[in-house]
Amino acid sequence: MAVIYDAARTDLGAFLNRHDDGGARLDLLVPDARCAGCLSKIEREILALPGVASARLNLTQKRLTVEFGKGGEDPAAVVAALERLGYPATPYDPGRAQDAHDREGRRLVLALAVAGFGVMNTMMFSVPIWAGLFGQELGPATRTLMMWFSGVVGAPCALYAGLPFFRSAWRSLKARRANMDVPISIGVLLTLAISFSETVLGGRDAYFDAAVSLLFLLLIGRWLDHRLRARASSAAADLLALQAPSAIVMGPDDALVARPVAEVRPGDRLLLRPGERVPVDCRVLSGASELDNSLLTGETAPVAVSLGGDCRAGALNLSGTLQLVAVARSEDSAVAAIARLVEAGAQAKSRYVRLADKAAGLYVPVVHTVALLTFAGGWALGLGPREALIRAVAVLIVTCPCALGLAVPAVQITASARLFRRGVLVKSGAALERLAEVDHVVFDKTGVLTEGRPRLVDAMPRTLAMAAPLARVSRHPLARALADAAGSGPLASEVTEHAGQGVEGTIDGRRARLGRAAFVGVDGAGSETELWFGFEGDIKIRFRFADSLRPDALETLEALAARGLSVEILSGDVPGAVGRVAEALGVAAWRAGCTPQDKAARMDELAAAGRRVLMVGDGLNDAAALAKAHAAMAPGSALEASQNAADLVFSGERLEPVVAAFDVARSARRRALENFGFAALYNVVAAPAAMLGLVNPFVAAIAMSGSSLIVTLNALRTGLRR
Amino acid sequence: MNIVMFLAPFSLGLGLLAVAAFWWSLKAGQYEDPAGDAARILVEDPEDRPIA
Repeated sequence: MAVIYDAARTDLGAFLNRHDDGGARLDLLVPDARCAGCLSKIEREILALPGVASARLNLTQKRLTVEFGKGGEDPAAVVAALERLGYPATPYDPGRAQDAHDREGRRLVLALAVAGFGVMNTMMFSVPIWAGLFGQELGPATRTLMMWFSGVVGAPCALYAGLPFFRSAWRSLKARRANMDVPISIGVLLTLAISFSETVLGGRDAYFDAAVSLLFLLLIGRWLDHRLRARASSAAADLLALQAPSAIVMGPDDALVARPVAEVRPGDRLLLRPGERVPVDCRVLSGASELDNSLLTGETAPVAVSLGGDCRAGALNLSGTLQLVAVARSEDSAVAAIARLVEAGAQAKSRYVRLADKAAGLYVPVVHTVALLTFAGGWALGLGPREALIRAVAVLIVTCPCALGLAVPAVQITASARLFRRGVLVKSGAALERLAEVDHVVFDKTGVLTEGRPRLVDAMPRTLAMAAPLARVSRHPLARALADAAGSGPLASEVTEHAGQGVEGTIDGRRARLGRAAFVGVDGAGSETELWFGFEGDIKIRFRFADSLRPDALETLEALAARGLSVEILSGDVPGAVGRVAEALGVAAWRAGCTPQDKAARMDELAAAGRRVLMVGDGLNDAAALAKAHAAMAPGSALEASQNAADLVFSGERLEPVVAAFDVARSARRRALENFGFAALYNVVAAPAAMLGLVNPFVAAIAMSGSSLIVTLNALRTGLRR
Repeated sequence: MNIVMFLAPFSLGLGLLAVAAFWWSLKAGQYEDPAGDAARILVEDPEDRPIA
């Protein structure tokens, strides 16, 4: 019984988002949509389908949102139409977490807008007051009027724009901890109170503009930090949606239904096409194929499966279409034990204290002590409580934590933008900070140091040209590698593909076979990393394949060594294969045959020895080690669990991004420390000046914006090459 | 001096107008798809227009 997969016949109902009025929405990820042409073609064609009420493509996020009218939804037709147009699409569940994230972002942007309005319009009234400070003509009545104006405009803006800080400060106080937002909130509220009392008493110093511009600058930092995380999480979600979108479940009458993997139950019959991953642990019902377990175990050689064979979740189906029966649910599949290890590692990582928080731990007690001393000392020395309080507030304002709140996010967003352009996705600012501290790098072999797919070794051009016409029409990865090596040329005719065996066809009028040894007619067991070819009744030729190194693996390791990092290889593959790679790359420290637990244990061992480890791995067997390592990177081809566990994800054929990421992370750390140094220097000058009463609102405004500008400009230098 | 009493609220009103305009554009989703909006002006079809 042959079941043929047909996009138009598959039920995608599980991915429909139904509205109350009977309509429905379908979200699809269309990664290949790039230009205005794609956009108009896709929207026009999809809109022309029956039942579609609207189709809107978001080119920034490469997401297509299709709205169906009442009762007329046919999501499979949409996917089939996109496939016909040449844009493969994946159903996508936007998820609630994403929405919550967006709301937070909007709140920050709105607070930023209000603070911006407040800064500009409070300043309008502050400028006449400042002019008065420099002996321009300004009577006390006019000054008080201007102060009232700036208070009426500035205070509500400051209270609204400060909400994100007040909320966070309140949360941390309730948890009996003090984060950076506590001193910010105290400073802003105290400043507003003092400024109002000065206005009422007809005083000279009102800091409404300072309070709002402080919040404005801090909100920029907060928003940058938020954007970094939002962009990384949405890009990561896209990568994952492309990888493990759904399982195709066969109903009782062989109807095909696409279902989220989490909803597959034991006993469900599944259809698995070549090129897809096994969604849950399964047994084969019919069909024959080869499975690539390299992401699960690190073994390069594919494993043949047929009736009754076991398939583990995550394995890649190589050659034939399989019918499977699920034997476990997604969360009970073989991956569950690894997932628990990952969770433990992630918890350890969340205890990492970020640079800005470390600095805040120093900054807060010092500044508050100084402010308190100013008040107490000033009063004791005969200034009077009012003047002493104004000076204490001036200390709080000029020593504003802008460098902490703005400089570090600015550095990190610059760094991650530079890395993003080079194909490296940074998941969080903390990841960059941890990466900068690394002194030892551990690589997985398969898929990281090597390309993770076979490549033809030492074949003669003549034999290659003979077999190529047959290889070009086959989908098997070994045949594809052979075709790649041969380049373009003629195709074989009358081709039949025998799943799990090989391919047969006619070349120049002669029947020929390409495939396993037994299929071609050679005695002996043969191996999984070779392919045989022969014309009917002629001699048989053997092609051998090996998983070759990434083109720049050697350079990358040399570059890492030049930066003073030691390198180690941990692989689940057999010793022979690992040893060859280690020797080719000149790595002395390597281990083969590692289980996921072994790898994780090695991370603990290295951490106990005081090493800061960067783990680079792609497989499920690396996931626990990735989560435990001080910093972790995974290639874009890695499995979902590994990408989740990693801090950075890099794409492309090359290994060079590992070095680039490391360089940029170190550069970012240097810039951040420079900014802290600058902030400390600035405070050493500004704080005594404020204590002596030399700071007036004008000086405070200039000093605050000036220092923020300098740290931001310095941040922009991050990752620039000399 | 009386002119200040007129001009100050007037300029504040202008500022508030700008904030309201920004708030509206944010709510209307004008920052959701900058790449798509840039591409849409190249699309010939007269029916294509930005959603409100």
